[in-house]
Amino acid sequence: MDLFFFVVFAVVAIGCGISVVLQTHPISSALSLVGVMGALAVLYLLLGAEFIAMAQVIVYAGAIMVLFIFVIMLLNSGGEVRAGRSVIVKVLGVPALAGFVVIIAWVFNSSFSELAQVHFGGFSDGSARSVGRAIFGPYLLPFEVTSVLILVAILGAVVLARKELD
Amino acid sequence: MEFYVISLVKIAVVFAGFMTTLAYLQWVERKVIAHVQVRVGPNRVGPHGLLQPMADIIKLVTKEGFLPSHVHKVFYLLAPFIAVSMALISISIIPFGSEIKVFGYTTWMQLTDLNVGILFVLAISSLGVYGIALAGWSSNNKYSLLGGLRSSAQMISYELPLSLAITAPLLIAGTLSLREIVQSQGGYNFGFLPRWSVFTGPFPQIFSFLIFVIAGFAETNRVPFDLPEAENELVAGFHTEYSSMEFASFFMAEYANMITMTCMTTILFLGGWQPLFPASLGSNYVPPLLLFFFGALLLFNGLNPRRKKDRLSLPVFAVVFFLLGLLFLVPAVKPILVPFFWFAAKVGFLLFTFIWIRGTLPRFRYDQLMGFAWKFLFPAALINLLITGLLVALTAK
Amino acid sequence: MLQGGGVPLSWVLILSAILFSLGVAGFLFRKNIITVFMSIELMLNAVNLSFVAFSYKLQQVNGHIFAFFVMVVAAAEAAVGLAIILTVFKNRSSLDIDDVSEMKN
Repeated sequence: MDLFFFVVFAVVAIGCGISVVLQTHPISSALSLVGVMGALAVLYLLLGAEFIAMAQVIVYAGAIMVLFIFVIMLLNSGGEVRAGRSVIVKVLGVPALAGFVVIIAWVFNSSFSELAQVHFGGFSDGSARSVGRAIFGPYLLPFEVTSVLILVAILGAVVLARKELD
Repeated sequence: MEFYVISLVKIAVVFAGFMTTLAYLQWVERKVIAHVQVRVGPNRVGPHGLLQPMADIIKLVTKEGFLPSHVHKVFYLLAPFIAVSMALISISIIPFGSEIKVFGYTTWMQLTDLNVGILFVLAISSLGVYGIALAGWSSNNKYSLLGGLRSSAQMISYELPLSLAITAPLLIAGTLSLREIVQSQGGYNFGFLPRWSVFTGPFPQIFSFLIFVIAGFAETNRVPFDLPEAENELVAGFHTEYSSMEFASFFMAEYANMITMTCMTTILFLGGWQPLFPASLGSNYVPPLLLFFFGALLLFNGLNPRRKKDRLSLPVFAVVFFLLGLLFLVPAVKPILVPFFWFAAKVGFLLFTFIWIRGTLPRFRYDQLMGFAWKFLFPAALINLLITGLLVALTAK
Repeated sequence: MLQGGGVPLSWVLILSAILFSLGVAGFLFRKNIITVFMSIELMLNAVNLSFVAFSYKLQQVNGHIFAFFVMVVAAAEAAVGLAIILTVFKNRSSLDIDDVSEMKN
């Protein structure tokens, strides 16, 4: 059952990932990215990370990507034109990346193959309670610093997007 | 194996009940708004217009569903699908009652219970924004685009006070699971006052309740926050270019969101399926007594009717109500029906408030709406959370 | 129903590597600014998956905290980055990254 869920959602994630990179119109890329995030949320549930899975859907798929989609809809500049890239990029680019992935996969398989098997219920510490205890315990300072970071980001976005008062 | 069978049966029951409630909620809304406006409402199709939802469904299904040539086809068809499926998924964790024993199987009156239940509901309502944004954009029409963007911006802005208003009763309940939130509101103070979070606790959550209900109105695009889809404003907003089944999907999604919001309000603030006063004081007899009373009222009105047609229909309804009242007295189904009655009564009261406000208030202008969210509701929710947190910390053992 | 074994952890890490390389491919080969930005988000998601996978292996919650902070930083970065993109579009009316090269040479 775990293998079935993993394979299905991994295939969905990879398919949507390829679609993010290959689609011409930015809206299709954005929606494929939402699909990737949804598939990853299910994989987080498989890995016992309930709070992170829900935070992924609420924050990433439900807020950040909505922001992306707003900007794309407002700018409305249409799809990208497939102009010519240089031949070197087309010939060497994709095989280089594929080689990179194969090398990493081989490294992982050889050094981590005796690792734990992932199954539902294998990690019970991913609830909101334990994440909360860790955030307000040892990781309190980074938490407060990220709040200041968000405040700075809000101020920056407001200043940048404001109409000029001439 | 029996887990799957029980789950399938529960899914079938909940889905059938939910879809019927959706259809008849529209009838209730039209009748209530009609009576608020001193007119009668639909009363031709069936007795008192009770078959009107059937007529509407038949009309919407058999209408010609055409695909305009100037739309982006994939997103045009995807948008109502997203809107409806997100609206219907959130019913899957709502607890309708407590644990019941049916034919020897023990199960909860809830499809499933997640221990991050509240976050799941918030996640699903965040994803519901996509249906509206895509509908507005794919219609390739400037009114739809504006309506879709305004509606999505409104929904995201009001998600913030909504989430903050949710966290205050969560501090008191101490858990994110919906079932345990309802269970933590059980028991009675002084023997007869219910321990719902809107009445008691370290800080009675009356402000959270109000903020949650107001933000719930805005999340579901209901009056007074329905500028993005009002007919006399932006043509019809984001669903201008839709017809027949897709249009019906958006309406279903709106009513389903309304029902979900009221269910969440009931669970968080009004104690879910807990009765108003304890069973030792007779709360198990309130449903049958109410049903007998309304049955008698219908019978009385049926015996001297105002219209000749009512001479048959009202006594028939009276008999139906009496039989339902007798059903509540059968001890085998009492543990199933009585908690569900209390839950449905609270949800029904809140839905009536939604419809009542629709018939009463004018709508906000868009900048007033957004200013209200960011300049009033959000600080109010923050201050409420601060006070609740302070009182919970001071009274914690 | 497959009984017994679950999913080998190395498969989760390989999936993370594949998504990361897809993000790198999008970042390097696309011309639209917004698509480049979305490839960055794809890379961040792949890294999150890696963090959560190792948190499962070590049976600690620290990986989840890292993933949480990555999400928060990505949110802040998306807000500012999209504001910058809006300003660039207002000034140049083009979303092509090859047109935003006035500081070259």
